[in-house]
Amino acid sequence: MPHVLTRTLDRSATVFVLVVAAFGILIPFSNLLLPVDSFLHVPTYLVALFGKYACYAVLALAIDLVWGYCGILSLGHGAFFALGGYAMGMYLMRQIGSRGVYGNPLLPDFMVFLNYPELPWYWNGFDMFWFAALMVVLVPGLLAFCFGWLAFRSRVTGVYLSIITQAMTYALLLGFFRNDFGFGGNNGLTDFKDILGFNVQADGTRAALFALSCVALITGFLICRRVVTSKLGKVLIAVRDAESRTRFLGYRVESYKLFVFTLSACMAGVAGALYVPQVGIINPSEFAPGNSIEAVIWVAVGGRGTLVGAALGAVVVNYAKTFFTSGPLAPYWLFMLGALFILVTLLMPRGIIGTFNAWWEPWKAHRLVADANALSAAREDGVSEPELAE
Amino acid sequence: MLASFFKTFRALPLALALIAASMLPAVAGPFEDAVGKFANNEFSDTEEAIAAITSSGNQRAHAIISALQDGRLLADPETKKIYLNQPDAKSIDAVTGAPVASVPVGAAAVRLNNRLRRTVAAALGGLTLQSPDPVKRIQAAQSVFKTHDESMLPSIDSALEKETNKAAKLAFSEARAAILLFKEDATDVEKLEAIATIKARGDQEALALLTGLSGEQSPAIARAAANATASIQSNLAMWSAVQNAWYGLSLGSVLLLAAIGLAITFGVMGVINMAHGEMVMIGAYVTFVVQETIRTSYPGLFDYSLLMAVPLAFIVAGGIGVVIERSIIRFLYGRPLETLLATWGLSLVLQQAVRTMFGPNNREVGNPSWMSGAFELGQITITYNRLWILCFTLAVFAILLAMLRYTALGLEMRAVTQNRRMAASMGIATSRVDALTFGLGSGIAGIAGVALSQIDNVSPNLGQSYIIDSFMVVVFGGVGNLWGTLVGAFTLGIANKFMEPVAGAVLGKIAILVLIILFIQKRPRGLFALRGRAVEA
Repeated sequence: MPHVLTRTLDRSATVFVLVVAAFGILIPFSNLLLPVDSFLHVPTYLVALFGKYACYAVLALAIDLVWGYCGILSLGHGAFFALGGYAMGMYLMRQIGSRGVYGNPLLPDFMVFLNYPELPWYWNGFDMFWFAALMVVLVPGLLAFCFGWLAFRSRVTGVYLSIITQAMTYALLLGFFRNDFGFGGNNGLTDFKDILGFNVQADGTRAALFALSCVALITGFLICRRVVTSKLGKVLIAVRDAESRTRFLGYRVESYKLFVFTLSACMAGVAGALYVPQVGIINPSEFAPGNSIEAVIWVAVGGRGTLVGAALGAVVVNYAKTFFTSGPLAPYWLFMLGALFILVTLLMPRGIIGTFNAWWEPWKAHRLVADANALSAAREDGVSEPELAE
Repeated sequence: MLASFFKTFRALPLALALIAASMLPAVAGPFEDAVGKFANNEFSDTEEAIAAITSSGNQRAHAIISALQDGRLLADPETKKIYLNQPDAKSIDAVTGAPVASVPVGAAAVRLNNRLRRTVAAALGGLTLQSPDPVKRIQAAQSVFKTHDESMLPSIDSALEKETNKAAKLAFSEARAAILLFKEDATDVEKLEAIATIKARGDQEALALLTGLSGEQSPAIARAAANATASIQSNLAMWSAVQNAWYGLSLGSVLLLAAIGLAITFGVMGVINMAHGEMVMIGAYVTFVVQETIRTSYPGLFDYSLLMAVPLAFIVAGGIGVVIERSIIRFLYGRPLETLLATWGLSLVLQQAVRTMFGPNNREVGNPSWMSGAFELGQITITYNRLWILCFTLAVFAILLAMLRYTALGLEMRAVTQNRRMAASMGIATSRVDALTFGLGSGIAGIAGVALSQIDNVSPNLGQSYIIDSFMVVVFGGVGNLWGTLVGAFTLGIANKFMEPVAGAVLGKIAILVLIILFIQKRPRGLFALRGRAVEA
């Protein structure tokens, strides 16, 4: 077991986990305990914003797992994210109870407004948190499983897969926009009151949600690391680099792909579920194909196939988005985002972390060689060999 | 009553004098007398006047009664002359139609009460039946058909007798049948004939008329009506299928137009161009700019604006395509997923650029006169713009096919697609061919934009609404095969339109998307897949 741990947590992974954990502890602490006028006080709106970034980072991890390690470019991960969000949103809607505008104890406001006679059957059970939490993972996972089972078995690969994943999220977008679909039409689900009995607007709840998002990020990261450093991960990389050859070697490529695609969709669902209470709304625009593609570019910016890079890319790009769209440069944000897509793919195909590693590794290797030389020199001097970690 | 009598009496010589003054060959007849009665300002006189004018058969009757209805008929109580304010604000003498310089100050509009207004409306209906314009006559007959007002029977009968126009005659006999069918005292023979006439008409309104028939009919008539209803219903079902097929063809032509450029860039070159929709959008904006220029400088040429926009859109969009290929895409050959991302970024940039230049709102692009309007074919209405777009699409497709087959560039394109290295060894400048192929695909997208500007909103988001559909068409039809794109587009279009009445517009579209997703599982390379070595290339 220890060797599994060390393999899962190499140096950059450890640094990443520690940094996220530090943020997850320090930011809620500063928000709740420090006085408002303190220099180190983090205002609540920033806590919610950072929480949003953390959710995006989880989504980016999910995409990196399938794209960076298995070569499946999904342009529909926004759909899994949104489905998880809707599952959580349904729980939050049921929690409103009779406090809605129409005061109906059972039906959410939009259903009263649209003259629903009773709760649609698929809303049953969402008044219980455990059920909603299960659905958050199960619904995206099941969709991904069915979709992947069909797609991978008939060997739909490459851009074809990308295009049909895009069609999938587009179909869901059209469906969720409909009022008679039972999910609030284009207004979506909003006006949430509380979650597990805590007010969603309260500072404490927000801080807790942020901390939870960091926990989800760390957990998701560890799961991904565990997957990609295992033998399974090696096969995934083989599938990415030479799918036919892997198949000829006797591996059931579609099973590997299906596993990792489903896992990734579940992660995206969790990210969406944490996202919704923090932004306070979920509507069909989350299904827009553009959103899913934007999430892919976070991964590309950070560096695909690095995991740390995916999370970093999500935070960097979204911070830039917040920064530019709230300033006088707002009309130029789409130019910048578009240019980012083009320049990253043309000039920095390995992303921030990949490029950094490309510079860092030769230097490190050089240093290692120097160390080894020093070591052999020392051995000749009769110094005992230090125990090398595996 | 006495006063009105005197007024009438007093009006007569005035009318006579008036006629004499206007030096018309005609002497004062019942028509002139009747018009004069309006000046008496008595409802009963007005009613008599309306009846007399309606039955006079005079050419000016319709104008006078409709002016009366609109309150444009003025009577001067002093001179007892009647004036008519025309809609163009000029005034004429109501009896002679001669223009008058100015209406006397004392003249006031002839008053109507509710009962008279009904009389006027009925009279007007009867008068339109005699209108010199056959289109108006047919319209009047149609409205009688719908209302089947028994009191109209005499006017219909007299109109039918005089009628020479074939279509109008048919309309009159149908209106007559509708009246007879609902007339209490009509004989069974008359009613059966009426049902036969209505059945021959066979449209939605005929159906509504027959189903509106009360239950208290003799068995023979009830049976005939039921038979006629059934026959009309099956007839209508047939026509609605034809209509769906036409809508499907129309939608298919739009899909084909949007996808045909993509069939070149994606199908032939294998480049995933997510900015394809933006090329369509640019084509539409070129049309807008051309029309604006024409509007401000050469308004007479407006009908030719599209003809001018087509080559310009091809050049502009094609030029941008060549630039994109040279500056971005050529560095990404063999990396389709990266191409997808880069061109998506490009589409964001192009959209935002257009938004900055032209604003985020829809731009007004007009239809030239030869593209507006519609004609009827049996029970369906075909609009000219849809018809032209269908023809245009097929023409573009044919030209493209011919170009690929018969020109040197087409030959080189096919050679490079089939075997790049071999083509290069044969002396083909492959990178030049790449640029031109991409330019061709983009240029055709631009042309599509010209056509789509006629039926869609010209806004910076125009392209986005087509991109997923276009990819679906190309993937469904089979990559690398223009015929596949053609069949794919029309299949999807027709399937969509036949599904729409069953499932609704949005659900139908979702169903199509799901079906395509399932279809790709079965045939991952589309309907018309390439076979052999090209597949693995």
